[in-house]
Parts: sequence; C-alpha cells; structure tokens
Amino acid sequence: MSDSAHQFKWVGTRPVRPDGLDKVTGRANFGADFTMPGMLVGRILRSPHAHARIAGIDASAALAVPGVKAVVTAEDFPEIPDGELMVGEGPMNFRDLSCNVMARDKALYDGHAVAAVAATSRAAAEEALDRIRVDYEVLPHVVDVLEAMEPDAPLLHENMFTEGVDPKPERPSNVASRCEFSIGDVDAGFASADVVVEGEYVVEAAHQGYIEPHAAVASVGEDGHSTIWCSSQGQFMVRAYCAKLLGMENSQILVTPSEIGGGFGGKTTIYVEPVALALSRKAGRPVKIVMDRDEVFRATGPTSSAHVKVRIGATKDGKLTAGDAELRFQAGAFSGSHVQLGCMCGYAPYDIENVRTVGYDVVVNRPKCAAYRAPGAPLAAFGVESALDELAEKLGMDPLELRLANAAREGTKAAYGPKFREIGYAETVEAALAHEHYRAELGPNQGRGVASGFWFNIGGQTSAAVHINEDGTAVVVDPNPDIGGSRASMALMAAEVLGIDYHRVRPIVPDTSSIPYSDMTGGSRVTFSVGMAVVEAAKQVVDELRARAAKIWDVDPDGVVWEDGEARPASSNVGEFEPLTLAALAEGSAKTGGPISGQATINARGVGPGFGTHVCDVEVDPETGGVTVLRYTAVQDVGRAIHPSYVEGQLQGGAAQGIGWALNEEYVYSEAGTLENPGFLDYRVPVASDLPMIDTVLVEVPNPRHPYGVRGVGEVPIVPPLAAVANAIYHACGTRMNHLPASPPRLLAALDAAKLPEAAD
Amino acid sequence: MARVVLPNELARELAGGEKEVEVEAENYRQLLKALDARFPGMGERLRDGVAVAIDGEIFQEPFLETIGEDSEVFFLPQIEAG
Repeated sequence: MSDSAHQFKWVGTRPVRPDGLDKVTGRANFGADFTMPGMLVGRILRSPHAHARIAGIDASAALAVPGVKAVVTAEDFPEIPDGELMVGEGPMNFRDLSCNVMARDKALYDGHAVAAVAATSRAAAEEALDRIRVDYEVLPHVVDVLEAMEPDAPLLHENMFTEGVDPKPERPSNVASRCEFSIGDVDAGFASADVVVEGEYVVEAAHQGYIEPHAAVASVGEDGHSTIWCSSQGQFMVRAYCAKLLGMENSQILVTPSEIGGGFGGKTTIYVEPVALALSRKAGRPVKIVMDRDEVFRATGPTSSAHVKVRIGATKDGKLTAGDAELRFQAGAFSGSHVQLGCMCGYAPYDIENVRTVGYDVVVNRPKCAAYRAPGAPLAAFGVESALDELAEKLGMDPLELRLANAAREGTKAAYGPKFREIGYAETVEAALAHEHYRAELGPNQGRGVASGFWFNIGGQTSAAVHINEDGTAVVVDPNPDIGGSRASMALMAAEVLGIDYHRVRPIVPDTSSIPYSDMTGGSRVTFSVGMAVVEAAKQVVDELRARAAKIWDVDPDGVVWEDGEARPASSNVGEFEPLTLAALAEGSAKTGGPISGQATINARGVGPGFGTHVCDVEVDPETGGVTVLRYTAVQDVGRAIHPSYVEGQLQGGAAQGIGWALNEEYVYSEAGTLENPGFLDYRVPVASDLPMIDTVLVEVPNPRHPYGVRGVGEVPIVPPLAAVANAIYHACGTRMNHLPASPPRLLAALDAAKLPEAAD
Repeated sequence: MARVVLPNELARELAGGEKEVEVEAENYRQLLKALDARFPGMGERLRDGVAVAIDGEIFQEPFLETIGEDSEVFFLPQIEAG
C-alpha cells in the first residue's frame, strides 16, 4: 500500500537494517553483555511483603561474607525533598523515584528493593543477601484499585491528599488526584439520545514483557567521574536521573547505551543503574547488576490495572450525541498512572459534541507502573470501543459504519478540546471496510470484532549529526536507542537528502558526551523528531557541499545545485563544469576547508496524531473457554512509511502485545499481596504458534509538517486489540467479556454464568 | 483576541470557575503574563510541565510559540513517552 517508493529514491524502500546482521548472529551487545576488569556482581534484596515499615537493616553479617565489597541501603542515597522537578523532558518527583529504586522507610510492594550487595561472585552476593537482617513491621496492604479508594483502605502515603478536588481533602487517601476533561453539555447530549449504552470494564495489569532484563554496569572513578553502560530508552534520561538520585552533576556521568532488547515504555525510567553506581562508589570497583526475570516482574513497571465506566448516547440513525466515562487507574506504589492520557484518548477517534471523562490516579501496593505503548489509551479504548460495539448492535448498524459515520476528521473538535488538524482516521475505517477480511465467511463458534484507537505522537528535544567521511561515505549520529529500526529510517532519510546509496550511510547511537541532549525513544517520536533533525543536518551538509563546489569552480554558491548526489551548475549561465560527486568533494575537502559535517538541534514541532482500526476473528471453545485468534488485520494511518517493513513490524508487534493483554497476560496476586506469576511460564505472553500472521494495511495520509510526512507509528497498534478481541469473542459466543484478560478460566466462568439463566428457564 | 481554555483545576482554584477566557497576546510568554495579571499565580502554574495545543497542534514546550489573533489555546497534560 505504501506509495512512498514511487516518489523517492530511498524513503519507502525496504533495505536490511544496519544492525540486523549483528542482532541475528548474536554479535550485538545488549545490557547484560558488557564486562570490565575487576567487575563485581551486584544483587538486590527485595521485600517479601506487600506493605511493611522498615524498622531497621543490619548488614554486618553480610559484610563479613568473603568476597563482599559493599552493601548499600537507602542511607547511601541522599534524601530528596518531595515535589516535582523539571529535568529533561518533563516533571519528575525524584523523591518518589529514589524511594522506588531503594525503599526508605517503608517497603511498598512485594519485590521493592531494600538493600543491595556487591561481591566478587554471584554466590557470595546471594549469601550476603541472605545474611542481611531487615526488621519489618508488616502492615495491611491493598492491591485493587477500587478497594484502595475506600475511606478505610490501608494508607500507603500519609502525606497524600487528593489533588484536583474542591475543597481540598482534610484526610490523606490513596487517591493521588482527580482530573476531568469535558466539552459541550453532556447532560443535554444524553437528553437528545434515542439509545444509551453503558457498561463497566476491568483490565488487569500487564507487563511490557521485553525479553531483555534490566542490566547495567557502573564504574565510579577516583575523581568521582562515572561511566554507566546499560540498556534503556534514553541514555540522557539515565544520566539525568542517576545524577539527581546520587547528588551528582550530569557532567560527572557518561552513559553509553547498549543495544536494547525491547522496552515498549518500560525502560523510560531507572531501576538498577543508580544502585550499581552507589555500589561502585562504595566498593571502588565496577559493578554489574542484571535483573532476574522474577525481579523484572516484581519490581519494574507493569501497566496500571483499571476500572472504567462508560456511557454513550446516540440518535436512532447512529449519530453519537454524548460520551461519558470514569477511569480509575492504579499507579502502583507511587502516584503517576497514565489516567489523564487515558481520559484524552478514549473518545478521540469520534466527532461527539458532548464528552466528559473523569480520571482518578490511585496508589496501591504494587510496583510503580511505567509507560507501555500509548500509555493509558488501551484501557480507555477497551471501554469505549466495547460500548460502541454494543451500541451498533442495538442500532442495527454495522460497527465500522457506525464508526465511519462519527469519525473525527480535520477540523473536528477532539474530545479533549482542541480541533484536529490533518488526520486520517476515517481513511483507516474505510480501508478496513474495503478489506477482504471484513467480508470473509465465519464458521460455528467464530466471531469478528472491530475497534479503533488513537495516539497523539510526540516531538520533543532532539539532536542529530551527519558526518561525511574522507571517501564520501557518511555517518549519521542518531542520539536515540534503536528499538524499532530507527537506524534504518535515519539512514534512509539521510541517503535521500544526500543523494547517495543507503548502504554508504552508517548510523550510530552515541554516548551522552558525543552528541547534544535528546529526549527518550518513546511516544512514537523518533522517526518523526530525529528524522527531522537528520534531514536538517543532511541539508546543512548539502549546503556545505554546494559551497565547496562553488569554491572549486570560483562561482557563487547559489549557482550550484545538488542533484543525485553531485554538485552541478544551476544553469549554463554559471559556466560549463563537470559535476562533482560527494566522494570527489569529500576526498578534496582538505583543499576546500576541511571536514564536512552538519549537526542539528531542534525542539521538534508539527507532530501529527495517529489512528488505527483493527479487525479480529476468533473461535471460542465452549468446553474450555479457550480462544483462538484466527485472523487479524491492523489498519493504520502512518503518515508516510520511511521503511515500510519496520512500520508493518510495529503494527504487528503492537497487535500481538494487545492480543496477549486481551487473552492471557495479567498480574496475579496472593491474599498476602505477593505476585504469584513472576515468570514467563505463569505470565503467558503470546508466542508465534498462538497467533496468525498479522496482516497490515498502511494508510498514508502524510503529515504536512514533516519533511517526509512522518506521523509516528509505534503506539497506536496496541490501542484497539483489547476491544477488537473482546468484541470478536462476543460475536462468537454471545458473552461480552467486560473483564480482561479473557483467559480460559475467566471466559469459561462467564460462559457458565450465561448458561445459568437458560437452565433456570 | 485568542480564546484560551484553562485547565479545570486552575479554573476552579484561581479563576473562580471561569473556564474560557479571551486574551490579547502575540506569543506564549505574553499569554502567561496576561493570565498571571488576571488570575495571580496562574502564569507560574502554567510555566512548566504542561503541553499546549495552539490551533490544534500540540506543543510539549510552547515557550517560544506565537499566538494568532483568533487562535484557540488549550492547556493539556504533557504527553508521556511509551
């Protein structure tokens, strides 16, 4: 479907990614691969309790274990005052971050770090952990979002008073804040409706499920200057956050990013990096910490779990008149769920005059939630898109036709307030309607569901550089860890501007001292923002190449044009000159002014939002409650696909993760508040044999404010699957799953419950 | 005059519940000053950590943005990375 290949030489083509061979042969270095001479092994002691006051920690016996070089607790981190600071790309409460990295007064969830050891071997470190005595006073706990909102719920933070309510509460609670977004008059909207549907929807917490665990090596020099090698979604984020937590300056820390084996939002914060740094500072040797899988599940950010109420009104001919929603998201042990984003995203695909969404950010005794692709949006969309399916049935309308009739378009006032500029939502619905999948026959116990989704996409602070080597090849310095094929996209855009072969452009991801600051890889910003900076840097190079040619020809630079990778006279009036290739200009650069390069630093503007529409076929086994996904098609407005294969990969990956969340993935807690399934055997992500080939349709409505029309694609595809799967299940068996995941036991129970009234009849 | 839609919380706390106001401003800095003059303390609260949609385009950092005579300005939470 991509039309880019017809307009450009390189943009829109599908070459092999520059990092591909290293990654499939095992040569690439991930977080856990780095080693240093004299390096110690760091291990972390974690709370076995969901909620406990820490009366004291005695590490003397641990320090006596042969080979143990250092033990750290919260005492080794400076105490940071409460409140948010602006660092890098947004506000951050560094007291909360510090207390999450190492519990200070209370352990707030099963798996919360309470101490750490550095030793010459893993065995010695493990033995030392066993010998640390922590005096816990176990407290009542709460892991459910609705229970946590009750007035008599166990209180996590005595200084938490709900923000956003009037009057301000006099008693602390677990409700960190309330937010509200509204347009129009919701009551009047419902009064004018002929049909109203409403429902309550629950989604359990899922983990981002990246294969690579968190891992870091830290080395603190005698002068305090430090180096960290780690896997993250932003080396500048790691530098800034570690500096804040350890009372250092950014210039004292150099962070070298490793390859990253998945992040999906879960590596937009720090866990082991500051602990390794603190241990190294104390031990005087490099320290490496690699999380085990159970630590990843117990202590790093899953999503929120959520309770969502939705109410939608429509006229009998299918015009939506009002939408209302209440979203309750648990944030884990510290405030900061993505409930505000959920409130903004749920109704965003639709043109509705009257919308109100209210959100609550609630703390519970679980690990602090972290971003996961389009954070907050899938939870809200599950409710809205399920209710729309029910509405379409009540109205006797095709569910895609209902969406198309109410689709947001350019000029539509978004449910969160502003008017949309150029968007391609309706085009995704039209493409889904036209797809052969939507008309394919279904068999017994089979059903088809559809759903749509939205994400803002973001820009942000970005740098990039393009250097020309002496032989005319080029280096693109891309400051963001490559999670989804961004090296290839950057090289393609640079090749397009420079007019040289893609294979002559080598992209690298540098350390924090080799390029100016850049925001993290996330929010679907890299191909958009870094691409914009790369294009600007490459254009600087082209201008310089034109200037060099002008010097050689003794003409004005305006008399030189750059075409197909060579400098040519702009017209015969300039003179008769043989074209000068990039290679020729590079080889002769010593005579014309020295090395040739360009560097751009921007705060990327002009972001274009993304929309997707998914179609899902399932078969339900009424005996077991098992669900098989038979066929799945993901349609998305991608703006323009720079490398269509990797864009399709993003759509397939997001859909696969959403299907996993819809069908199997959930955090299961014991009565004691401990996580019962911290491993891939019991926390089941979909594997290749669980899924059909995910079909993709790339709709290209270019973003006019990007040089190549890029919108950003990685977030949207996880938004529709929860409802698409649940709606398909409903149409297969007549039972609406308002509680996800629809795992076999949960679906079987729902099927059995649905049979009871029939039996009574 | 630009039409400015205030965040609900600030409208309640500092603007007596007034959600929409008209402001004369050519850029975001002037907008904050004008809001601060009208609702003391509001400019400071809106200086950092908010995104702004100006005529439908969301800016994570709006400090340098221009505002047209008929612009529509919405304050939003900053969009986080995923």
